[in-house]
Amino acid sequence: MDSMAEIKQTFFQECDDLLGELETGLIDMEGGDGDCETVAAIFRAVHSIKGGAGAFGLDKLVAFAHIFETTLDEVRADRLEATPEVLSVLLRSSDVLADLVRAAQNDEELGDDATAGLVEELSAFVGDKAGAADEAPAGGEDISFAPLGTAIDLDDAFGDLDDVEENQSFTIKFRPMPELYANANETVLLFRNLAQMGDVTVACDESQIPTLDEIDPEGAYLAWTIIVHTSHSKDELLEIFEFVEDDCTLEITSEEPSDDADEPELADDEALPVEEESPPAKADRAPDEAASGDDVASEDNVVSLVEKKEKPAAKEQASKEKDTSDATIRVNLGRIDRLVNLVGELVINQAMLTQGVIDAGLERGDSVEAGLEELKQLTREIQDSVMAIRAQPVKALFQRMSRIVREAARATEKSVHLVMEGEMTEVDKTVVERLADPLTHMIRNAVDHGLEKAETRIANGKPAEGTVSLTAAHRSGRVVIEVSDDGAGINRERVRNIAIEKGLISEEDKLSDSDIDNLLFMPGFSTVEKVSNLSGRGVGMDVVKRAIQAVGGRIMISSQPGKGSTFSISLPLTLAILDGMVVEVADQTLVVPLTAIVETLKPTPSDTHELGAGSKVISIRGEFIPVIDAGLTMGYRAEPADPLTGVVLSVETEDGARAAVIVDTIQDQRQVVIKSLEENYGHVDSVAAATILGDGRIALILDVDAIIAREGEALSFHENSLAATG
Amino acid sequence: MPLSVLAVDDSRTMREMLRLALTEAGFDVSLAEDGEHGLEVLAGMAPNVIVTDINMPKMDGFGFIEGVRRSAEHRVTPILVLTTESAPELKMRAKNAGATGWIVKPFDKDKLVDAIKRVAA
Repeated sequence: MDSMAEIKQTFFQECDDLLGELETGLIDMEGGDGDCETVAAIFRAVHSIKGGAGAFGLDKLVAFAHIFETTLDEVRADRLEATPEVLSVLLRSSDVLADLVRAAQNDEELGDDATAGLVEELSAFVGDKAGAADEAPAGGEDISFAPLGTAIDLDDAFGDLDDVEENQSFTIKFRPMPELYANANETVLLFRNLAQMGDVTVACDESQIPTLDEIDPEGAYLAWTIIVHTSHSKDELLEIFEFVEDDCTLEITSEEPSDDADEPELADDEALPVEEESPPAKADRAPDEAASGDDVASEDNVVSLVEKKEKPAAKEQASKEKDTSDATIRVNLGRIDRLVNLVGELVINQAMLTQGVIDAGLERGDSVEAGLEELKQLTREIQDSVMAIRAQPVKALFQRMSRIVREAARATEKSVHLVMEGEMTEVDKTVVERLADPLTHMIRNAVDHGLEKAETRIANGKPAEGTVSLTAAHRSGRVVIEVSDDGAGINRERVRNIAIEKGLISEEDKLSDSDIDNLLFMPGFSTVEKVSNLSGRGVGMDVVKRAIQAVGGRIMISSQPGKGSTFSISLPLTLAILDGMVVEVADQTLVVPLTAIVETLKPTPSDTHELGAGSKVISIRGEFIPVIDAGLTMGYRAEPADPLTGVVLSVETEDGARAAVIVDTIQDQRQVVIKSLEENYGHVDSVAAATILGDGRIALILDVDAIIAREGEALSFHENSLAATG
Repeated sequence: MPLSVLAVDDSRTMREMLRLALTEAGFDVSLAEDGEHGLEVLAGMAPNVIVTDINMPKMDGFGFIEGVRRSAEHRVTPILVLTTESAPELKMRAKNAGATGWIVKPFDKDKLVDAIKRVAA
């Protein structure tokens, strides 16, 4: 990738941040929390997007950002009040700005109709101020000057005089004011630049220099008359004085200077050797310093030169300090993933080493054992640190949701307030990315299906404005994201009827409230009779559930009639490492994810019940849990194992379905590195992934959800018949 | 000795562009993210030219220029204002604060380099 392409990528990344800041700021203002710094920050955000877009020639983006920025400038200057109407337009503008950025990033063109309406609304706020959109690029052309030489070659200048008959002669009368020097402009540099345009003759007027005791070291006492023979125009000469024209008296005429007595320095311009007054002689000093002959000032210069030489080390130091405080560096994701992989290998290697030491039969308390323990600790820390690199706050994701709420509210004509909490909670980057779609769908659902219409809410004694809240928090080693609404709650009777109608359950099935709620996740279920253009979009909650499961997450519903519903997504912190229980089944080693295990137990004969056709259930504290024989399910043995001789792992799936998995023995509980089976071998039913054990053997990681689903029909049959009989 | 330039801009994109343009031109480039950071960096260096944005958080370009002009060491360091603001009153404000010159964004690489050379002593 070339440098510009890389910078363009940086630009789009920065745009994401800026759009986030913009939206947060606007929402703060909407909530009455915005102060003048908020307004300044949102203005800067749009301003920076415009600046960058201009650099890449993204004209549409520049044009829209300009009118948007102009409106924000009006707000910033208190000329436009940030009323709810104004803020609504600004929020929609931020959405459109985001669309334009996205389109630019994908090299797409957004139709004019996407912006036209808003441009009109924004223009109405700012009146004729909006027209200056092209001012900035045009201004860029202001600076135009030829490359510089190092000094004026005055001999050549004279030598060429005869050859420049076609050139025009300009007389420049130039008297700097003290401000010119105060702003670090240098007359000598101006002369150098002029010399690049043609042949120059410079004469200095020293008549205004006061006596030494009257001299102001910051004063300006010199004036110059410069004659330039050049093929360049007067405007081009003026450009050289662009930065200083307000800080000097400047007169450029195209005639030869008169021989008037008020121009004594040029009274005899042929005779006056220009060299004597030539700038190079004074080039190293500010002209007034030169004129004053102020030796102290010269010494200052020397001192500062010495200091300059000493500074580079200090400069490095300063920038280093800055770096460690709040600076960030961008790292290619591939490099981090490689590091994650290597740490995974390290974890495996450390486990192998531990195994080797155990096998070697070293005494307890041996220094090798102590060292190994330390290695284990360090490995764990490295692993956590590496995972933290991949972790990202969910803030950006949440910010996108506020737009979804706004759009959904507009489409359904509901008034909705979004509350967000825990935006700084960090989750693995991939998880954050893959959550965008399911979360969007859940938020739309909350607005569309969850919240009632304003009239209904008022009739039920609720505020007309509905609330959707989006929260994130760390809970026991996982991240829990919740989407809740204060709507009507799940209409369970309707859900049940639809499920019967669609043949998902039979009329006789007795389902708990939670069972009915979970019907929403069944494939092919949709509570809307006609697919609305909002929640519909061909995606059901089953797809949401699958997407969340794909990143190792679980989703749960809880709902209270009249009070609202909450969808909780529980996510792993990382996708690379798993806390697992290492178990033995028919001489094979398996890993069961710890998150799925509720408890482990040794059943007694009175706990187990035959349910015909080889099916068993185990009674755990009065609850009947179907038994799954891991050995049979995995095909490790043909005959079912006796639950009484093995160990039972009581496991639970994301949707709360439980099962008792029989294994032979439990070996260990440890972190295992997840190695994809799909990538290295192929998909195997009932197996989530694989890992490498301490002794180098490969162990399969059990997909608890899949094995329960596989036994699903039989299980639900058992559950139902048990519920019916018991 | 290559000319050393300190570029101050809150936009990451702009900083990267400035770094690219100025290093390609053979300058020794230092970067700062806002006015405050700019003054911090200046405490440890003496650039030949400073290029600064105006609209920045923490300390804007005006405050930064005033800060530079107040310091004995950098009082005479040329400062070019790099900004999308082309309004005359903003140029005037920058000038009053002590700016040496200005360049309007989006900047032309060559013109920026020329402008720096033009004001560099």
